[in-house]
Amino acid sequence: MTLSMNTPEFLVERNLDRCIKCQVCVGQCANEVHKYDKETDSLSCEDLACVGCHRCVTLCPTHALTIKKFPLEFRTNANWTPSTINAIYKQAESGGILLTGMGNDKPYPIYWDHLLLNASQVTNPSIDPLREPMEVKTYLGRKPDKLDFSDGELLTEIAPQVELELPIMFSAMSFGSISLNAVKSLAAAAKEVGTMFNTGEGGLHQDLYSYGDNAIVQVASGRFGVHSQYLEAGTAIEIKIGQGAKPGIGGHLPGEKVGREVSETRMIPEGSDALSPAPHHDIYSIEDLRQLIYSLKEATRYKKPVAVKIAAVHNVAAIASGIARAGADIITIDGFRGGTGATPLRTRDNVGIPIELALAAVDSRLRNESIRHQVSLVVAGSLRNSADVMKAIALGADAVYIASSALLALGCHMCQKCYTGKCNWGIATQDPNLVKRLNPEIGAQRAANLLRAWKHEIKEMLGGMGINAIESLRGNRLMLRGVGLSDRDLEILGVKAAGE
Amino acid sequence: MIEINAQGIYYKELNQQIHNYIAEGKKDIIIKNVNGQRYIGDALPQGVKLELEGTPGNDLAAYMDGAEVIVKGNTQEGTANTMSGGKLVIHGRSGDATGYAMRGGKVFVKGDVGYRVGIHMKEYKDMIPAIVVGGNAGSFFGEYMAGGVLIVLGLDGGTELVGDYCGTGMHGGVMYLRGKVPSYKLGKEVKSVELNDEDTRQLTSYITNFADYFGYKADEILKAKFTKLIPYNTRPYGNLYTHY
Repeated sequence: MTLSMNTPEFLVERNLDRCIKCQVCVGQCANEVHKYDKETDSLSCEDLACVGCHRCVTLCPTHALTIKKFPLEFRTNANWTPSTINAIYKQAESGGILLTGMGNDKPYPIYWDHLLLNASQVTNPSIDPLREPMEVKTYLGRKPDKLDFSDGELLTEIAPQVELELPIMFSAMSFGSISLNAVKSLAAAAKEVGTMFNTGEGGLHQDLYSYGDNAIVQVASGRFGVHSQYLEAGTAIEIKIGQGAKPGIGGHLPGEKVGREVSETRMIPEGSDALSPAPHHDIYSIEDLRQLIYSLKEATRYKKPVAVKIAAVHNVAAIASGIARAGADIITIDGFRGGTGATPLRTRDNVGIPIELALAAVDSRLRNESIRHQVSLVVAGSLRNSADVMKAIALGADAVYIASSALLALGCHMCQKCYTGKCNWGIATQDPNLVKRLNPEIGAQRAANLLRAWKHEIKEMLGGMGINAIESLRGNRLMLRGVGLSDRDLEILGVKAAGE
Repeated sequence: MIEINAQGIYYKELNQQIHNYIAEGKKDIIIKNVNGQRYIGDALPQGVKLELEGTPGNDLAAYMDGAEVIVKGNTQEGTANTMSGGKLVIHGRSGDATGYAMRGGKVFVKGDVGYRVGIHMKEYKDMIPAIVVGGNAGSFFGEYMAGGVLIVLGLDGGTELVGDYCGTGMHGGVMYLRGKVPSYKLGKEVKSVELNDEDTRQLTSYITNFADYFGYKADEILKAKFTKLIPYNTRPYGNLYTHY
């Protein structure tokens, strides 16, 4: 056997004064970090296997465990950082593409943190949302060019809309990439709060058809689990072209995650890889995209809005214009910080553009072309809190998708090891022993709580601006000011500098 | 039996007429002068029978869910796209990406088919889709194929049964090609193996149907030697990655 140069990322320390040898840590760690030796009645740790998910620390009844960054220093080198060096060791050992999970973790600028919201002072009163009505209901879908009335009756036929009680939805995560209990948690939370969850491209599990009114069903290149009942089940259909965590490439659900239930839902044999290459092989142009959009509209007899999801890439504004003209009712744009269950590291960290700039560019372009009303814009790719949501709406989004935030609500600790299938929190796994750790009822409550909390905060901030409906914030970039941004950034964002 | 004259009718209106008749319980429909209208048969359920005269447009029988469609003419691109069940009999040739992600049902094509036919075809338990091609097939035949049955008979002659990259990315299902295929035409994920009794039984059943629809003699078609292609394994890209 050749020498492995892998060194631990984390140091697991056990305080022996506190440890009562209950072995909870041993049972809880799917990575087998903790071991109990019967003969010596002692516990040991394999640091190399630790992913830093904090499951053992959280469940240790005596708080005997500490996880630290492993104190191993290379000679200081701003160019050859430890992660750069370790990546080379791994590829030299395996010859493989580096695989990772969740979203881009590199220190690129986060534009949300350079945008500030406005508030009313003296000249226009702010509103107290605790006492006064505050409307955050949102409709997604094509809006008419104009409204015709006769004797007070609306004559114009309104295209099908998705009705949301708040402009935040759960982004596409397939059953397969996450566990059934995780999907159930999000579906039930969406129902409770009055929003949507997105099936991702893994089909809709039989148990979830009852949540169809709160589902957006996805159609991706592999067409897994896509059939007429599935298309009928959802409130809207989303064609997935791209994803922020891996623009330009497709998805591989490894065969080991395709157990009985995933196999039933995707309608593929157990143990078979589920391959979704980047291209839909019936789409090579905007005209072809139109064909797929209308084949789905025909299949559902024009009763469902059709969304098209793309990753935020260089020419996103022109692409979005094409998508609007192809007949999409909703455009979903996923920024380069968006998460995923598995993605090649180099793609995750180097491909795509920030969602803030993409959103501003697309909204401006569609307005300039007078087609903004034909589509709703939904953005994704790391909306971390209610202020990010407010800023996204002020930049022009109709609604946002959250996924990483939603999984954090379910217990995710952002260890970025989703692709191993060993998620100790029962989220990104299909191992029945791990899946049952996530109670879908508790999960639903936590995810619903997060949305309720954000909704309160959004109302507070809206009230502070003297605005009583989210509609009045939408695309209202005067409510934003930039700090620490270049003139070019401000120009693209369409935002004035703080102080202006 | 209902008859529709599709001459000069836009696809949306034509399909609406079909859906209206079906809603009235009139499920046996002949459509004459079809000329490029898209999405005919889209998501139609079992019990519906359409007979088309002319050339339907793209995405014929897409998401079709049990209906029977007979085409007296050629069909275009995306025919039987993501089809779930039913039967499509084409008395002509069929275009590119025929049977894309087909999950059930049967497609019989008398003539040739275009590129990427049977791409992403999959199967689950007793839902085993099949495409039988009387003529030859274009390149990337059965690309990413994950299940189902593809048969190419090459009855119209011509030198090439299939184009290049046959079965590239294939990780499930089976292909039967009537005659030999040079190895340079095969994707690196597929191998050629001998037919067993079960293969012969299956092939006989499909070809008997094919011969019935198009007026051939099944025995004569079956006299030739077939090549059977299957994937090396169900996980072609399992070793591509290393955990970061």
